[in-house]
Amino acid sequence: MKLGVSDAGRLALAAAGVAAMIVLPRVVELFTLVELAVFCILAILALSLAFVWGFGGILSFGQSAFFGLGGYAYALAIANIGESTVPILLGILVPMLFAVLLGYFMFYGRISDVYLAVITLTVSLIFYHLINSTSGPDYMIGKARLGGHNGIPGIPPINLPGDPAAQLDIAVVFQVSLATLLLVYFGLRALLASQFGRVLVAIRENELRAELLGYDARRYKLFAFTIGAGIAGLAGVLFATWGSFIGPSVFSIGFSAQIIIWIIIGGLGTLGGAVLGTVLIQYLTTWLGESKIADANLVLGVVFIVFVLLVPNGLVPTARKLMSARRRVGR
Amino acid sequence: MIGAPIIETRGLSKRFGGVPAVDGVDFSLGEGELRCLIGPNGAGKSTFFKMITGQLRPTAGQVLFRGADVTGYERHRLAGLRIGIKTQVPNVFDGLDVRESLRLAARRFHRPAAAARTVDDILQTAGLAAIAGRKVGELGHGQRQWIELGMLLASDPQLLLLDEPTAGMTTDEVARTAALIGTMRQRRAMIVVEHDMQFVRMIAEVVTVFHQGRVLMEAPVGEVLRDPRVREVYLGRQADRHA
Repeated sequence: MKLGVSDAGRLALAAAGVAAMIVLPRVVELFTLVELAVFCILAILALSLAFVWGFGGILSFGQSAFFGLGGYAYALAIANIGESTVPILLGILVPMLFAVLLGYFMFYGRISDVYLAVITLTVSLIFYHLINSTSGPDYMIGKARLGGHNGIPGIPPINLPGDPAAQLDIAVVFQVSLATLLLVYFGLRALLASQFGRVLVAIRENELRAELLGYDARRYKLFAFTIGAGIAGLAGVLFATWGSFIGPSVFSIGFSAQIIIWIIIGGLGTLGGAVLGTVLIQYLTTWLGESKIADANLVLGVVFIVFVLLVPNGLVPTARKLMSARRRVGR
Repeated sequence: MIGAPIIETRGLSKRFGGVPAVDGVDFSLGEGELRCLIGPNGAGKSTFFKMITGQLRPTAGQVLFRGADVTGYERHRLAGLRIGIKTQVPNVFDGLDVRESLRLAARRFHRPAAAARTVDDILQTAGLAAIAGRKVGELGHGQRQWIELGMLLASDPQLLLLDEPTAGMTTDEVARTAALIGTMRQRRAMIVVEHDMQFVRMIAEVVTVFHQGRVLMEAPVGEVLRDPRVREVYLGRQADRHA
């Protein structure tokens, strides 16, 4: 097998990931580990939108809706079933099913990009209000209460398949989250390298031309949208188990916008950028929250404006450009 | 006529508001035939073209491909019938390189190995080999048009529908485009909507003249250019100058 520079880079990345999985739980404090786990989980969510938006050209303003659906599906299912294997699967499948339905009407109805963003945003807000208004004991799904604005507390963690007593401790939750992040990253890489991924990018570049060449853009976009929803759902499952809590705030505008900001800062059209953007922004948010130097939202707003004005392509594409320019000068 | 029609329209009409842009056009093109569509601005030739290429839905009438009704087919289904379509404004993949663009076109109907061979062939015949690795978006207008024609060729169509393939080109580029269309021709049927009379003279056999949404006349190119009605509606004094 021939290995190019980028293949070597990917191998190194995978190795670094595995090393982090083994070493970090032994050397860092539990608190840091908990934080790192949530960074991984949110990065998975960012990857789902980086794929749908950056490569499929579909600006889903409601990517968090799928995240929330996944989390809620898991929470409600595990409260009824008591074992985590099926709930995890449901946490992926429910958002995917919903994406197929919603996507069918949007893509086959040939809704334009702007309206698509508005529709996805609206759907997210509908969930927000719907869940918020389900407080009280009347709203039950099986044995589980929906909980309204209070959310669902005390969600049981993931257990080993078939053995509800063998629950994962926080070190393992971190390892599972990082492993999932790596799998999703490399899975999306492989998907983008396949014929499907290449056609998807062609559709992003010019939908009319792709169709005139005989590719049904609607089907490709629906498929990409559904895959993205499944990944977001999986992130939602991990998030719900991580904090043993899920609440309606996952459907809020603020959270939806945050995902978009991570991607813009990391660089639209890259997968690595989404991960980088998420970790940087989340780290900054946490650090500002703890040190109380300045209001986190204020600082993040400034950071966002600075990026849009000075680094509009985001970190990863800008770094790539600088590196290739330097290589040319060096020659 | 050369054999049975590959594409045919019956009473094809399109109204925008109350205004008829195309008004009951019966048109037919034989297998392997090349036809140029000409007409002054607003004659309805572009609207006609958009209807037979699935970009506009007709108000009335039918489009038949080899006898089967394909009226209102989605664009990808028309392409699936091996109809290659070039739009007026070049529609290319700006962010992809030339080779990948051609590969995507070839891959739709060929296995990977055959597609790779087709791509190499076309890079040679269309004279694009030197720029195979360049991003399409960085290239000039003429080159982008040839890349689009190359993509059509890569999908090996049986019917080619080209809307103003020389729009915005220099004289040299027009000549090269005419040559490229000559190589694309082979035994394929082809409809070319064109404005540039020099170019029409270079490639045309039979010409269909549109005027006010209807077919004014249909005849070999020499005859059309001599016809006083055509001169009056379309060519005006310009024809005298070029004659």
